[in-house]
Amino acid sequence: MAAMLEINNIHTYYGNIHALKGISLTVEEGEIVTLIGANGAGKTTTLRTISGLLKPREGNVVLEGEDITGIPAHKLVYKGIAMVPEGRGVFAKLSVQENLEMGAYSRSDKNGIKDDFERVFALFPRLKERRSQVAGTLSGGEQQMLATGRAMMAKPRLLLLDEPSMGLAPVLVESVFDAIEQINREGTTVLLVEQNALMALSIANRGYVLQTGQIVLRDKAEALKENEMVQKAYLGME
Amino acid sequence: MLKRYIERFSWVDFLLKLFQVLALAAIVIGIFNTLSVARYSSDQWVTLIFAGLAQGSIYALIALGYTLVYGILLMINFAHGDVYMAGAFTSVFLADSFALSGFLASHPVLAILILLLVAVTVSMVLNVIVERVAYRPLRGAPRLVPLITAIGASFTIEYTFRGLYGAEFHAYPTVPALSGIINIAGYEIPRVQIVVLVAAVVLMLGLYFFVERTKIGKAMRAVSEDKEVARLMGINVDKVIMITFAVGGALAGAAGVFNGLFRPQGVFFFMGFIPGIKAFTAAVLGGIGNVPGAMVGGLFLGVFEAVGPNLILEGLGIPAVNQLRDAFAFTLLVIILIFRPQGIFGERLAEKKA
Ligand SMILES: Nc1ncnc2c1ncn2[C@@H]1O[C@H](COP(=O)(O)OP(=O)(O)OP(=O)(O)O)[C@@H](O)[C@H]1O
Ligand SMILES: [Mg+2]
Repeated sequence: MAAMLEINNIHTYYGNIHALKGISLTVEEGEIVTLIGANGAGKTTTLRTISGLLKPREGNVVLEGEDITGIPAHKLVYKGIAMVPEGRGVFAKLSVQENLEMGAYSRSDKNGIKDDFERVFALFPRLKERRSQVAGTLSGGEQQMLATGRAMMAKPRLLLLDEPSMGLAPVLVESVFDAIEQINREGTTVLLVEQNALMALSIANRGYVLQTGQIVLRDKAEALKENEMVQKAYLGME
Repeated sequence: MLKRYIERFSWVDFLLKLFQVLALAAIVIGIFNTLSVARYSSDQWVTLIFAGLAQGSIYALIALGYTLVYGILLMINFAHGDVYMAGAFTSVFLADSFALSGFLASHPVLAILILLLVAVTVSMVLNVIVERVAYRPLRGAPRLVPLITAIGASFTIEYTFRGLYGAEFHAYPTVPALSGIINIAGYEIPRVQIVVLVAAVVLMLGLYFFVERTKIGKAMRAVSEDKEVARLMGINVDKVIMITFAVGGALAGAAGVFNGLFRPQGVFFFMGFIPGIKAFTAAVLGGIGNVPGAMVGGLFLGVFEAVGPNLILEGLGIPAVNQLRDAFAFTLLVIILIFRPQGIFGERLAEKKA
């Protein structure tokens, strides 16, 4: 059976800046896979290439056996990819409710959407209380919940998350990661980009380490946690 | 204390403050003088106010087109006044033939609805074409570039109409059903003003509902906040931009018909220029990008330029005030922008992401 996602030898540029230098990775259905790396390594660029916001100059992206390289982002949503962008990207002037509705923009099954509202509110009760509040007035943690819930509303097969723990207090990081595990249990495959490598590796099945646009390490999550180089560079251990 | 004040003193700030105080003083003195000599009766004031509201509702409809497009693309569609002109032109020719055949007199409601439908369609299609041809290929170019093509599009439309129909005025037929007077609380108001005002308000409420409640309207607001994230929701940004131009064009087309009903002196190829600039003024007054702001800004500008010259300028002893209407409207713009650069209801422009 074809993998959920497979990217082969991707090269992505920003003008003349060669940001991704031949990246390949695979995500199997049902997995949580994490991509870790230092600032500027190319994590965000990788996700943006998968979601169709950027076109790779070389290489291809394959979703469940279908080559989706170069298909624009808004069409990929209909093929089952949702992304929570770096910095959350909630629509500040739209209400919580409207943000979630935008998450379901690609769908027309009214009843399914209704069920998913309940699913999101069950996972993040805070959002239910704030339904009619404008998203710009939510706290950072609440905005992260909203961004994650909004992506769930697309009912994606593959969820791309770009640093969901950024700027959150440890307790909140904990609950956001619980939510990610929960979403995964309910059947969504997850590709998770994180700087908080310890947290990411503790919920992931497998991980890739990215350095200046190249993958330098790939392994099972437990193995990466024990890896000396990972411990030094990303887990802050000596 | 004094020393610190002197250190911080800036001539620019001082002159701006002085200007604000003088402007306020002139307005207060003008109003006081006019009212104290009771030059006009309350009947006359009410007449002026309703004429201003009707004219203002036309500004408001055009202003919405500027504000919707600005909200999404952060650019001024300078061809918008000409899109309005195209709608007005269309409805003149159609109205003339309706008047000749007697249809306008026998079935006024149906005739006006058909006028609206055709003019709205023409302006809508024209605005969409302008976007497709003059703006979309330049998406991502520096912001000055589409400004130049906007001016180019404006001239192209104007001189196409001039080429086709000449530079003279084409008069509008009067609609018998709309002439006459309606009596409201003892004041006599021309019926056409009431009809135009009510129709425009209905359209504005419809637009407000569209933007606030419908899926496409919400997508428009999402696109205006963040195009990239909107794409991640599955929103086709180019399509939403096209719809925005279509909606703005449709409102301008309707404004073109209302203008004809209301000001029978007729249409000519350059007629979009002044209303276009005034509607733009109204949009800026309301805070550009802000939908209710454009509506209120348009009505406000209409009333203010109808009443203001008599109320303020005459009190200051300035002669022939009614010829100063346009100058007055733009002076108002300058004064308000000095007090509130973000417009009356506007948020600060800097808040918006490009
Ligand atoms: N819009 C852009 N224009 C030019 N260069 C860019 C742009 N975005 C990213 N880059 C460059 O591409 C490289 C990879 O950036 P990317 O954002 O993918 O890193 P990242 O791993 O997500 O980093 P972080 O952890 O800081 O989010 C960096 O060297 C960055 O400077
Ligand atoms: Mg990043």
